[in-house]
Amino acid sequence: MYSTTEIVKQSTAEGEMVINIGPQHPATHGVLHFVITLNGETIKKVEPHLGYIHRSIEKMCESLSYRQFVYVTSRMDYLSSHINNHACCLVTEQALQIELPARALVIRVLMDELTRLASHMLWWASMAMDIGALTPFFHAFREREMITDIFEDTCGTRLTMNYMVPGGVLMDLHPDFQKKVHAFINQFKTKLPEYDELVTDNIIFQNRTKGIGYLSRESAISYGCTGPVARASGVSCDVRKHFPYAIYDKLDFKEIIDTGCDSWARYKVRMQEMRQSLHIIEQLIDNIPEGDFQAKTKAVLKPPKGEFYSKVETARGELGVYIVSEGATTPYRIKFRSPGFSNLSALEHMAVGGKIGDFVAVMGSIDLVIPDIDR
Amino acid sequence: MWSLNEIVKSTDLKLNELFKPGMVFFIEAIIVALLAISLFAILGLVLVLMERKVSSFMQVRLGPNRVGPKGMFQTVADTIKLIVKEGMTPDNADRFLFHLAPFLVMIVAMILLAPLPFANGFQIWDINIGVLFVSAVSSVSVIGILMAGWSSNNKYSLLGAMRSGAQIVSYELSAGFSILAIVILSGSLTFSDIIQSQANGWWLFKGHIPALIAFVIFIIAATAETNRAPFDMAEAESELTAGFHTEYSGMKFALFFLAEYVNVFIVCAIGATLFLGGWMPLHFGDNTTFNHVMDYIPGIVWFFGKTFFLIFIMMWFRWTFPRLRIDQLLNLEWKYLLPISLINLLLVTVVAISGWHF
Amino acid sequence: MTKEELKITLTGLLPAATFEESGQWLNVKVSSSEWFNSAGLLRNQNTLQFDFLFCETCVDWKTRLTMVYFLRSTVLGHELVVKVDLDRDNPEIESVASIWRTAEFNEREVYEMFGVKFLNHPDLRLLILPDGWEGRNPLRKDFEDPVNMVKL
Repeated sequence: MYSTTEIVKQSTAEGEMVINIGPQHPATHGVLHFVITLNGETIKKVEPHLGYIHRSIEKMCESLSYRQFVYVTSRMDYLSSHINNHACCLVTEQALQIELPARALVIRVLMDELTRLASHMLWWASMAMDIGALTPFFHAFREREMITDIFEDTCGTRLTMNYMVPGGVLMDLHPDFQKKVHAFINQFKTKLPEYDELVTDNIIFQNRTKGIGYLSRESAISYGCTGPVARASGVSCDVRKHFPYAIYDKLDFKEIIDTGCDSWARYKVRMQEMRQSLHIIEQLIDNIPEGDFQAKTKAVLKPPKGEFYSKVETARGELGVYIVSEGATTPYRIKFRSPGFSNLSALEHMAVGGKIGDFVAVMGSIDLVIPDIDR
Repeated sequence: MWSLNEIVKSTDLKLNELFKPGMVFFIEAIIVALLAISLFAILGLVLVLMERKVSSFMQVRLGPNRVGPKGMFQTVADTIKLIVKEGMTPDNADRFLFHLAPFLVMIVAMILLAPLPFANGFQIWDINIGVLFVSAVSSVSVIGILMAGWSSNNKYSLLGAMRSGAQIVSYELSAGFSILAIVILSGSLTFSDIIQSQANGWWLFKGHIPALIAFVIFIIAATAETNRAPFDMAEAESELTAGFHTEYSGMKFALFFLAEYVNVFIVCAIGATLFLGGWMPLHFGDNTTFNHVMDYIPGIVWFFGKTFFLIFIMMWFRWTFPRLRIDQLLNLEWKYLLPISLINLLLVTVVAISGWHF
Repeated sequence: MTKEELKITLTGLLPAATFEESGQWLNVKVSSSEWFNSAGLLRNQNTLQFDFLFCETCVDWKTRLTMVYFLRSTVLGHELVVKVDLDRDNPEIESVASIWRTAEFNEREVYEMFGVKFLNHPDLRLLILPDGWEGRNPLRKDFEDPVNMVKL
C-alpha cells in the first residue's frame, strides 16, 4: 500500500517517529491502516490508508439488476445491513413510485431499529474494549445475541440479512417475532442501567473521553460528518426527522443532540439513541397492521430514465444511494454516500494533538465499520 | 499438629548429622531452589487458570472447561503449546539483550521470593532489611522491560517499554511510602518482626485510618508496578498491540507472562504480610478464646488465603476498569498519590510516636 | 427555500448556469472554469448557505465525465445538485477542499476511480487503490480487468 521509502522520507523531522496502526491492529476493528506521526506520545499527523477490503460494490452494482444489487449492500456496513437494504429499496421504489403496504413499512422500521440497537451495542462493546475494559464486550453480546436470534427467525440469517426487497420485505414475520421482541425489550431495559454502571459512570472512562477528539459544529459540517458524530457536535442531522421515510414521521422519538463535541458527547448520544430506538420498537411492536408484507411489483424492474437519490439514517449516519438510470434493467451508475467515509475524514482533525490513547478513544467514538468506508 | 517450622528444623538436623556443614548448605540451597522453581511453575499454572476463571465469571461465560476436570489442565496444555512454539527473533534486533530480557525479568521475580515468609519459620532468607530489599529489587524488573522494548527493534515495544519505565519509577515512590508506614508502625524492617508485631491484630485494623489509606495506596501502586490493568500501559493491547513483548513468542513470551503472574503473587504476598499479618492468623487483641480457635488454621493457609484474596481484588480491577491514559497515570501518581502518601506518612508517624495504635 | 425560489436566486448569482428541474432537486449545471467561484458563492451567500457537501461523485457518460455535487444547507434546510461537465480525455477541475473539507477525501476517491485531476487539491494521492494504479480508473465504463472482473 505504501512503500517503506516513503514512510522513511516523511519522518525526517527531529524527534518524530512514524508508526503504523493497522491494517492488523486490535483497535481498528478491521483492516484499516493509519500511518501516524508521533512526537513522543503526541500525535502530529494521522494518515488513513484505505482499500484493504475495497470490493468496488459500485462497479458490481452496475451489472446487477435492481432486485439483485440490494443484496450486495448488506456487505457494506455489515452492522446495519437492514438499513442499507432499506436505502436501496427506497431508491428503487422512489424511481418506480411503488406504494408500500402498511405492514411492510412497520416491519421495515422495526427491523431498522433493532439493527440500530444491535449496532450500537456492538459499538458500545468495542469502544469500551478500545479504552481497555474487556468485560463490557461480553455483556453487550449477551443482549445482541437476542436480536440476532430474532433476525435469524425471520430472515434466516444473522448478519447479512437481505430481508428488504423493492416493494416490501421478502417474507412475513416469524410467528414468535413479537414474543421474542418483548422478551428482548424486558431484558434490555434491565441491562441498560447495568451498562451505565459498568462503563458510563466509571471515572476512568469519563476521564479518558471527556475533552478528547474535539470536533466543533463548523468542522463537523465541513467534514460532512453525519449521525451520532455530528449530533454530538450540535448538528441536527437525523434523516429520520428531517427527511422522514417509511413511517418515521408518525412515530414519537427524539433526535438526540449534544453540544459537548468530544468523545464523551458522542458516547452519550449513542447511549441515548439506544433508549430512543427501544422507545420506537415499543410503540410499534404491538401495533403491526395486518395485510400484505409486499406490494405487487413487476418481475423485472425498469425505472425510468433519470437520477434518483434516497437517504436513510443508519447507525453511523446518513447513507445516501444515488442512482443514474438509463431506463435499463441495471443502474447506469450507482454511488453510495457512506457515513463512515466522511466521519473517517474528520478523524485526523480530532486526533492531532492528543496521545495514542486518545486516538483509540476517538476512533472508538466515531464507530468505524471498515467495509462501509471501503465499499 | 505438624508445622512447616518443625519440618524445616528436623530436615536441617538430619542433614547436619549426615554431612559436613558446607555440604549441608549446598544441599539446602539446592532444595530451596527446587522448591522455589516448582512454586513458580505451580503459581504460573494456578494464577493463569484463576485469571481465566475470574474473567469468565465477570464476563458471564464459562471459561476453560475442556482440558481436565473443569478445565484445570488448560494452562498445562497452554504451556506445552508455548514450549513447542518457535521462538522468533526479529531482524536487526539486539540479539543478546533480546534473549536476556525475559530471563532478567524472571530472575528478579525469583529473587523477590527470598525474604517472603510463607509460614512461621518457613522463609528462605530472613534478611534484616527485608522490606528495603524487596522495594529495591522489585524496581530492577523495569530494566528487563526496557531491555525487551529496546532490543526488539519495534516501535510499539519501544513505546511500551518507555511507558513502563516512567510508570514503574513513579509508582515505586508511593509503594515505598505505604510500605514505610508499616515499617514505622512496627519499628522493624524484618519481615518476621513485622509479622510478630501483628500477633494481636493486623496493622490494617490496628493502625486506624492512616494504615487503611496506606493499604489502598499500596494496592493501587502494586497494580501499577506489575503493569496490570487499569495500569497496563506497557501492554495496552488496543494501542500498542502487545507493548514491550510484541516481538516475543514461544517460551520467551511465556517467561514474561509467568513473571507477570509471579510478580502479582509477590506484591500481593507483601501486601498481605505487611497489612494483613502474613501467616499470622486473625487475632483480636487479648480475646484468647477467639485467637486460639483461629490458631488451629495453619499459617500457610492464612498466608495463601490472604494473598489470593488480594490477587482476586487485582483481577477484579483488571476485568472491570478501563485503562488510564499515560499522562493521567502519571498525574494520578505525582499529583494525588504521592502527596497523599507523604501526608499519610506524617500521620502514621504521629500515631506511632503517640502510641495511639492498638 | 423551494426549488423555484432557489432558481430565481441562483439565476441572479450565476448567470451562465443552466437549470434542470425534472428530478428530486434543482440541478444546476456550471462550467468547470466557473465552478470554484460558484462554489464559494453557494457556500457563503447569506440566502443560500450551502455549508454541507453531503455527496460528491462523478458519472462517466462515455463521451464526457460529469462531476455531481450534492449540497445542503444545515441552516436553511434546502438542497441543490450542481453538475459540472468535464472533458473525458483530460478531466481537470478546481478542488473545493478549501470550501468543504469533506471534498478532500471524496475528490481523492474520484481521482483514482475516474481519473479526474483536481487542481489545488491539498493532497491528491491514491486513497483506496494500492500503489501503481495511477492512470487506471476502475469506475470508468471502458475499464477492463480480465483477471478480477466477472461479467454477468
